[in-house]
Amino acid sequence: MSASVGGSDRGALLSIAEVTKEFATGTLAVDRIDLAIHERDFVSLVGPSGCGKSTLLRMIAGLVPPTTGRITWSGAKPRLGFVFQDATLMPWASVRKNVELGLELQGAERSLRAERADVALALVGLGDVGKAFPRELSGGMRMRVSIARALAAEPAVLLMDEPFAALDEFTRERLNDELLALWAEQRLTIVFVTHSVYESVYLSNRISVMSGRPGRITDEIQIDAPFPRDASFRSAATYHAYCERVSRALRRPSPSSGGR
Amino acid sequence: MNRRGSFELALPLLLALVGLLAWEGLVRALAIPSFVLPPPSSIVAALVGDFASLARSALVTLAMTTLAFAAAVVFGVGFAVLFCQSEWLERALYPYAVVLQVTPIVAIAPLVVIWVGIDHPDRAVFILATIVAFFPVLSNTVLGLKSADRNLHALFRLYGASRWQTLVKLQLPSALPLLLGGAKISGGLALIGAVVAEFVAASGASSGLAWRIAEAGNRLQVAKMFAALAMLSAVGIGIHTGLAWLERRLLHRWHESALPRAEE
Repeated sequence: MSASVGGSDRGALLSIAEVTKEFATGTLAVDRIDLAIHERDFVSLVGPSGCGKSTLLRMIAGLVPPTTGRITWSGAKPRLGFVFQDATLMPWASVRKNVELGLELQGAERSLRAERADVALALVGLGDVGKAFPRELSGGMRMRVSIARALAAEPAVLLMDEPFAALDEFTRERLNDELLALWAEQRLTIVFVTHSVYESVYLSNRISVMSGRPGRITDEIQIDAPFPRDASFRSAATYHAYCERVSRALRRPSPSSGGR
Repeated sequence: MNRRGSFELALPLLLALVGLLAWEGLVRALAIPSFVLPPPSSIVAALVGDFASLARSALVTLAMTTLAFAAAVVFGVGFAVLFCQSEWLERALYPYAVVLQVTPIVAIAPLVVIWVGIDHPDRAVFILATIVAFFPVLSNTVLGLKSADRNLHALFRLYGASRWQTLVKLQLPSALPLLLGGAKISGGLALIGAVVAEFVAASGASSGLAWRIAEAGNRLQVAKMFAALAMLSAVGIGIHTGLAWLERRLLHRWHESALPRAEE
C-alpha cells in the first residue's frame, strides 16, 4: 500500500493530506490520513466502530480542526450538507421549519425558504408532511426530513455519518436507492460513513477501508459497476465479489501500529 | 372528560367533604372552643362575612406574587443566558446565586425591611419574594440551555449561525421544558415568599392576605384566619393551574412530557 493514495491528486475537489487527530485526552483518533475526493464522487469510509471515520467526516466539515495535516478544497469551500446517524431534528419545530433551517440561518428570504423547502421535501418523497412535527413521523420519514434539510441549502457536497444505521433493513435499502437517485439528479458529491460493507459496495464508486484505532486508511477499492444501480446489482456476482474484497480488507490487521 | 378524569376529580372532593363533616361533628361533639378550632360552618360564615376585604387582600397578594414571579423569570432566564455565554461569569456568579438560595428568607427579611421596607413594605415584599422564586428558574434554565443537542449545535456551526441565532433558535427552545418546570416551582415559591415577607415586613400599611391572617390571629378571630388561609390556598392553586396550562400549551405539540400516557 502506498502511503499517499490520493493526497497529491491534482484534480481533486478535496485533498486530505497527512491528517492526524489527537484528542485532548491523548487518544489518537486518526493517523496520517491521505484521501482525495473528486467532484461527483460517492466515496464511502468503511471501518469498525471507533476507527475515527466520524471524526474524519467532522474534520472535512470543518467542525473539528485536525491536529496536524491539511484539508484543502480546490477553490472556495463549497456549500456542505451534513446528515447525522440520528435525524437530529428540532422537536419543537414543524418539518418545514426544520427543512428551512440552513437557509434561515444564512438569512434567506421567507419566500425563497418556503420554495426550496417544498422542493427538498418533494425530492425525498415527503411533499405533504410540512406541517407535521418530527415526533409524528416514523424513523424512516424523519431521516428523509433530515436529508431534505441538507438538500434545501443546495449543497455541492453531502457528508453523511452512518445515516441509515438506525433503520430497519427494508427502509435502509429503499433509502439507499433514493439516495443514489438524488446523487445522480442533484449532481452531488457524497462522502458516506458506514460500517456496513454491503451498503458501501451498493452505493459507492470508491471505498476507503479504515483500520481500528488509530484510524488509518488501509485500502482503497474502486467499485467499477455502472450506475444507475438497482436491486439486480445486489444479486450480481460482481457485487458479491466486491463485498468479499472489502470484508477481507477490513479483516486485515492494521499495517502500522508498531511500524513507525 | 372521560370516566377516569372525572373519577380523579371526584375522589379528592369526596374526601374533602367527608373530612369537613367529621371536623364539624367532632368540634360540636367535643365542644371545642371556637378560638382553638372553629367548625367549618363558622369558617364559611367568616369567609362570606369578610369576603370583600379578604378578596381585596387576596388580589394584593396575587398581584405581588405575580410581579415577583415575573421578575424572577426575567432575572433567572437573563442570568442563565449570561452564564451560558461566558463560563467565567458563571463560575464567578453562580455560587452567589446558591448562597441566596440556601439562606433562609426569614433570616434576610428583617434586613431587607430595614433597607427598603420601613416606608414601603410592599417593596420589601417584592424583593424578598423575587429572591425566593428566582433560583429554580435560573438553575433549570442553565441546565436546559446546556442540554441542547450536540449535533444540532454542530449543524448551526456548519451553517454559520451567530451566537444570537444559536441562542434564540436552538438553546432557548431546548431549554423551554426545563424552564417551565422551574417556573412552576417558582410560582409556588413566589407566593410563599410574598406571604413570609409580609409577615415580617407588615405594618398597618400592608394589606395582603398574610397581614389579614396576622391581624385576625392577634384578635383571636381564628375562623377568619382559616378563611384567609383558604383564600391563600385558592391563590396558590390558581397560580399552579395557570402555569400548568401554559406549560401544556407551549409543549403539547412536541415534548414527551405532554404526550398522552401510553395505554398499558
